[in-house]
Amino acid sequence: MFGILRTLWLTFLHAGHRRVTVGYPEHKPPLPPRYRGRIILSRDPDGMERCVACNLCAVACPVDCISLQKAEQDGRWYPDYFRINFSRCIFCGMCEEACPTYAIQLTPDFEMSEYLRPNLVYEKEDLLISGTGKYPDYSFFRVAGVKILGKDKGEAEREAAPIDLHTLLP
Amino acid sequence: MATILIDGRACPARTDENLLQACLEAGADLPYFCWHPELGSVGACRQCAVKQFSGPDDKTGRIVMACMTPVTDGTILSIDDPQAREFRAGVVEWLMTNHPHDCPVCPEGGECHLQDMTVMTGHDRRRYRFTKRTHRNQDLGPFINHEMNRCIGCYRCVRFYRDYAGGEDLAAFGAHNDLYFGRHEDGALENAFSGNLVEICPTGVFTDKPFSRIYSRKWDMRGAPSVCAHCAVGCNTIVNARQGTVRRVINRYHDAVNRYFLCDRGRYGHGFTSAPTRPRAPMMRQDGIPVPVSIATALERFAAMAADGPIVGIGSTRASLESNFALRALTGAAQFSTGLAQPDHDLAMLVPALLRTTQARNPSLHDMESADAVLVLGEDVCVTAPRLGLALRQTLRRAAYPAADTARVPHWMDAAVRMLGTDAPSPLRVLTPAPTDLDPVAATTHRAAPDTLARLGFAIAHRIDASAPDAPDLSETEIQLADRLANALRAARRPLIVAGLQYANAALLHAAANIATALHAAGTDPALSLVMPECNSMGMALLGGLPLDDVRAMARAGRIGTLVVMENDLTRRLDAAALHDLLSAVPHLVVIDHIATPLAPLADLALPAASFAESGGTLVSTEGRAQRFLPAILPDMPVQESWHWAQHLTHTMTDAPHWTDLDQIIAAMAQDITALSRVGSAAPGADYRLDGRRVRSEPARISGRTAVRANISVQDRPLPQSPDTPLSPSMEGAYAPDMPGALVPFYQVPGWNSVQSLNRFQQEIGGPMRGGDAGIRLLDDAAQAPSDWHYDIPAPFSFGPDDFLLLPEHRLFGTEELSALSPPIAARAAPAALRLSTLPTGLEDGAMANITLAGEPITLPVRHDPALPPGIALCPPHLAARAFNAPIRVRLRRVDAP
Amino acid sequence: MTAPMPVIIGVTLAVLLGLATFLTWFERRLLGLWQDRYGPNRVGPGGILQAVADGIKILFKQDWIPPFADRGVFVLAPAIGMMTVLLSFGVVPVTAFWSVAGDLNVGLLFVLAMMGMGVYGVVLAGWASNSKYALLGGMRAAAQMISYEVFMGLSVLGVVMQAGSFTMRDIVLAQSGLWFVVPQALGCVVFTLAGIAETHRLPFDLPEGENELGAGFHTEYSGMKFGMFFLAEYAGVVLISVLLVTLYLGGWQGPLLPPMLWFALKTGALICLFILLRAALPRPRYDQLMALGWKILLPLSLINIAATGAILLLHAPG
Repeated sequence: MFGILRTLWLTFLHAGHRRVTVGYPEHKPPLPPRYRGRIILSRDPDGMERCVACNLCAVACPVDCISLQKAEQDGRWYPDYFRINFSRCIFCGMCEEACPTYAIQLTPDFEMSEYLRPNLVYEKEDLLISGTGKYPDYSFFRVAGVKILGKDKGEAEREAAPIDLHTLLP
Repeated sequence: MATILIDGRACPARTDENLLQACLEAGADLPYFCWHPELGSVGACRQCAVKQFSGPDDKTGRIVMACMTPVTDGTILSIDDPQAREFRAGVVEWLMTNHPHDCPVCPEGGECHLQDMTVMTGHDRRRYRFTKRTHRNQDLGPFINHEMNRCIGCYRCVRFYRDYAGGEDLAAFGAHNDLYFGRHEDGALENAFSGNLVEICPTGVFTDKPFSRIYSRKWDMRGAPSVCAHCAVGCNTIVNARQGTVRRVINRYHDAVNRYFLCDRGRYGHGFTSAPTRPRAPMMRQDGIPVPVSIATALERFAAMAADGPIVGIGSTRASLESNFALRALTGAAQFSTGLAQPDHDLAMLVPALLRTTQARNPSLHDMESADAVLVLGEDVCVTAPRLGLALRQTLRRAAYPAADTARVPHWMDAAVRMLGTDAPSPLRVLTPAPTDLDPVAATTHRAAPDTLARLGFAIAHRIDASAPDAPDLSETEIQLADRLANALRAARRPLIVAGLQYANAALLHAAANIATALHAAGTDPALSLVMPECNSMGMALLGGLPLDDVRAMARAGRIGTLVVMENDLTRRLDAAALHDLLSAVPHLVVIDHIATPLAPLADLALPAASFAESGGTLVSTEGRAQRFLPAILPDMPVQESWHWAQHLTHTMTDAPHWTDLDQIIAAMAQDITALSRVGSAAPGADYRLDGRRVRSEPARISGRTAVRANISVQDRPLPQSPDTPLSPSMEGAYAPDMPGALVPFYQVPGWNSVQSLNRFQQEIGGPMRGGDAGIRLLDDAAQAPSDWHYDIPAPFSFGPDDFLLLPEHRLFGTEELSALSPPIAARAAPAALRLSTLPTGLEDGAMANITLAGEPITLPVRHDPALPPGIALCPPHLAARAFNAPIRVRLRRVDAP
Repeated sequence: MTAPMPVIIGVTLAVLLGLATFLTWFERRLLGLWQDRYGPNRVGPGGILQAVADGIKILFKQDWIPPFADRGVFVLAPAIGMMTVLLSFGVVPVTAFWSVAGDLNVGLLFVLAMMGMGVYGVVLAGWASNSKYALLGGMRAAAQMISYEVFMGLSVLGVVMQAGSFTMRDIVLAQSGLWFVVPQALGCVVFTLAGIAETHRLPFDLPEGENELGAGFHTEYSGMKFGMFFLAEYAGVVLISVLLVTLYLGGWQGPLLPPMLWFALKTGALICLFILLRAALPRPRYDQLMALGWKILLPLSLINIAATGAILLLHAPG
C-alpha cells in the first residue's frame, strides 16, 4: 500500500525533471562515428575502390539484401554492380564486420526515408564515396600477394622479390 | 574387413586401404593435402599425422602419417591426441608462412581445401613475421589461371597431370621454398584434362579462367546434376548457375563412369548456353524475312502449315530422349527420322546390336581401367571420347600391380607402385590411321587406313580362334603384327577391344566384334567397347527412326508437307546440294534449336529451345547407360524445352497425348519402346522426396536473395516451380550425403566446403555413392542369341598418286558442334588444314591445295605429317566443309598464290 | 435555466465529447510529463491539434466489420458503451441550480444502473467479434465489472445514509459543512478503485490486456467504432471524477470562486490523479484484481456501512 503511494509520489515528482527526449529534427543528437546507419563503399588511400567483390558481406547479410558481381581489371577485383536493398536492410553491421578490406562501412546517417520502395535500392554509384571512411590508412592490395597494375609480385608489404627459377644457386 | 580403434571408437576398415582412408570413411575429420583418392598416397605434406599405438598397453604411441600406414586389424590410433594435433597445427602453420594475404580475391575462396584444413587444425594467427617468398605467374592458356604465390607444394598437380593424365608440359621446378609448378614457358596447357587441376589443387594456384570472368562464390550458385553433352561417354557433371546464366561445369562423381575427372571439352564446352547469338524468341518468316513473334502466333502458323500435308520430324543425337520421343509422337514413328545420313545411321543402329549379341562384356569406364590388354582398333578415343582415353591410360597403372603385389607394396602407395611398374609391359595396343595421345604409352602402335585396320582385326580374330574368317592377301608385316597382337590378347585375362564410329567403317566394328567373340571362345573374359559419336547417339539408336536419306526420298516424292527439324543442324549432315534439294521439295520448314545454326534462317518457323542447362532429360551413353540431367536454370518464356515445343505443336492438331511433365513422357516412352523400358529408373522422378522434402538446389547460405532482382522490381516474386525436377528452386529443401547420386546438386558437408567433401558421399572412398549411383545400363537386359562371325572383310586399301582417302580428323577442340561455340574452346581450336604423309609432286608443306569436299571446292593449307600412312589425308570435319563427316576419296590440286 | 432541452443536451454532448477528445491528447502530454518525455507536441500549439488529427484519422479509416462477426451486435456494442456513460452525466449537478436532466430523486441509483448497463457494451463487443482474444477480453470484462459494481454500490451507501437522499443535489448540499471524504474516507477509497475498475482504466484495464490479448474486447474494432470505445473510456474517466466530486468532495461548493469553476477544478484535479495512476502503476494479475475486490474491498465497504450506520444511530435524535 505504502509502496503504491510512494510510486505515485515519485512519478508525480518526475514532472519537475528534465526531459530526455531530444527534439529531432530541430535538435540533432551527436552520433558516434561507429553508429550503424547508411552503408557506403569507401576507397583506399590511392583513390581506388576498396571493394574487391569477395562476396563476404553478401553472405554475412542475415536478410540477404546485398548482391554483387565480381569483375576484374589488371589483377584488381572490383564489383561490376553492387546493390543493397535498403528496404530490407536491418543495419546490423554484419557486412562491415565481414569485410576484409574495410570497403563496406556503416555511417552515422540514417535519414534515408523514401516514399517509393524502389528508391531504397542503392546501386554502386549511390554507395561509393570518394574517401576512405573510418580507416584512412588501410589498402588491401598493399598487403595482398596478387599482382595489380602498378604493384608487381614481391612489392607488397613483407614480400620478398620473386623467385628466379633459372638460377642454379640452392 | 578389419576393425580399427580411432580414439577409442571401433570402426570397420578394409585391409587394402590406408589409415587416412579408414579415418575418413569412419567420418572422422582428419586433415590432408597430398593424398587424393584417385592418385594414392605419397606422404608429401605431413598433414595427416595421427598417433598410432602398438597395443592397449602402449600409452606413448608414435606419430605416423595416416596416408602412408596400411590398415591392419586391431590398429589403435588417435586423431585427437594432443601431440598429433600440435603436429598437424604446426604443419599448417609452416604451409601458411608464405601463403599470400589474398583469400578475398581468390576464386578458390569458399571452396578451398586449404581453408577447410586450416580451420580444422585451428590455425588462426600468423606468427611468422618475415618476408614471404613470391613467384611470378604464367599464362596457361584460356582454361586455367595461375597464381603460384598460393602454392603449398603438395605435388598433387604434377602427380595428376604427368602421372595420371600423361601430360608432359607441367612440372615442378626449383627446390625447398622456391618450389614452382608450371610450364617451362608461358603457353596453354596441352593435356586434354588440364581443367581438372582446378579441382585437384587444394588451394587457388590453378583456377578456372572462363569461370573467373563470370565468377560467383560456390555458396551463391544453384547446382543441378547434369550429363556432359560433348561426347558419348556420358560423364556426370554439376552445372552451376546464378542469375539465369551457366557459370561453370564441374565434375560429379560417378563410380563407374567419370569418377573424379572430366576432360576440358566437357568442363569448358558450356559456353554455347550463353552465346549472344542464341535464339530467344520464335522467329516466323514474313515476306521472306524472319521476324520475332509470340508463341501463340507461331503455333497458329504451325496449325496452318499442318493443314498442308503430312508432318515429318527429324530428331537429333544431341537432343534428349524425351525431346526426340515427343517429336516422334508429333509425327508418328513412320515419319520420324534419326537425323543421321547414311552411313552414320546404319552404323549407329549396328552398335547396340553388336554390343548385345557379342559374347563380351560391355564395360564401363572404371571397368576398362582394370583391363590387362587393350586393343584400340581404328578410333582415336583421345578425341572422340577423351575420358575413355584417360581410362585406357590407367591400364598402365594396373599393369604395375602384379609387381607391387610381389613386392608386397599396397596399391595406394603411389610412388612406389609407379616405380615398380616402370618395367611392366604396357597393355595398350593402338591401331589407328592417325597418331593418338595414347601412342607414347602403347606397347604397339600401327598406322594404316581404316579398311586395312579392319582386315588386320579380322586376321587377329582368326589367329585367336581359327574358325573366325581370315583376311586374305595380308602383307608379311601385317601377318607378324596380327600374330603378335593375337598372342598378347589371348594371354590376357581381361582383354578389352575398343572401336568406334569415327571413320564410319562397319568392318572395323565387325572386326572388333570378331576379336571379342574369339577371345570369349578362347576362355578369356573379353570386353568390347564401341564409341558412339554424340551424347545421345546410343539413345537414338535404341529409339530408332528413318535415315535422312529416306526423308529426302519422301520429300522428292512430295510426301512431306511440313518438316520439323529438332536440335539438328542439317548443314552438318547433308552437303549443300542435297540439303537444297530436300528443302526445296518441302513446303514448310520448322526448326527447333537452342543454338544459332545456318539452318534456322531458312526456316519458316524457328522456335527457341532450352539447352541442357535449362531442361531435364535423359541421354544414353556409349555403354548404354541412360542418365538424367536436370535443369540448373528454369528457362524464361518463350524459351522452352524441345519436348514442350513438340507438345505445343501436337496440340495445335490434336489433344492427345497430353504430357505436362517430364515423368509422363518418360513413362510413355518406357511403355512404347521396349529397349527403353527401364529408362525411368535412370534417376528419381519429380515426385522424389528426401525426408519428405524436395532436394534443395542452392546451398543453405546463398546470398543476395532480396537484392539480386531489386533493380528490376523491389517486390518479392514467388519462386519459379518446375514439375520436371525433384530439386526445389531454392535453398529450402533437404540435403544429405546419402541422397541419390543422380540428384547431387553440389558437394558440401560441415567443415568440408571443397570438392573433397565428396569422401562423405561415398560408401567407401572411391566406391559407389551412398545414395546409389546415377543412371541405368540399358543394354544389359536382353540376353540375345550370340551372333555368328562377321564376314564383311574389306578389300585391301588402294590409292593413286594424287588420289587420297580423306579421313575426318576429329579434334578435342573445334569439331564437336556445341563446344565449338564456347569461347574458351574456340580459342583452343586450331584452323583447319590438310594433313598428308606423302605430298604429291608440286605440293610442299604449307602450300595451299584445293579439294572438292561435300560438293564444294575447298582450299586448305597442306601440312606434311610423316606419321600418317600413305594414301591417307586428314581434314577436320565440319571446319573446312560443314557437311564433311565420313571418309571420302579426293583429288588434290595445287592453288597458286594470287 | 431557460434554454430548451434539445439545446441543453446538444451543448452537453458537445462539451463531453470535446472533453473526451481533449483528454486523449491531455493524457498523453501528462504521461509524457511524468515520464520525462514530451508526448504529442507537433500538431498545433503544444500539440493540442493532435487530438483533432487523430479524430480526422479515425473518422476516415475504413469502417470494417469482420466477416465472421455478429453484425448487428457488433455495431450495437460500442453504441451501448458510449450511451450509458453519457446518460449518467444527466443527473450530475454542476451547480446548485443546474444539472442536465434536472434533479432526479433517484439520481444516484440511476447512475449505478447506467454503470451496470455499461457492462453490456464491453461484453457484447467481445462476444460479437467472434474471435478468441475478443471473447477472452469480454469475459474478463464481465467478471471484473459485475464484481466491482457490488462494491461501488455498497461504498456509496454510506454517503446516502449520511445525506439521507438519493438525489445528487441533496448529497452535495449535505456536504456544506464537511465534505463526505472525511467521514466516508473508506467509502471514498473503495469507490475510487471500483470506479477505475468499472471504466476499465489502467491499471485495471485487463479486458484490453494488450500484452496478452491483442486488444481484448475491441481487438476486431477499427475506425470510428473503435473510436467510440476509446472516447467512452475517457468520458468514463470524467464521469468517475465528476461522481467523486459530487459524492465526496462537496460538488460545486467552495469559497470565493464561482461554483461552476470549483466543480471544474475539482474534476480536473481528479482526472489528473487518474492519469497519474496510469503513469505510475503496473497492471495487476487478473486473480489479484479479483482478490482485491472480494477479499479487501467488499469487507471494507461492509465495515463502512456498518460503522456509518452505527454512528448515525448513535447521533440520531431521540
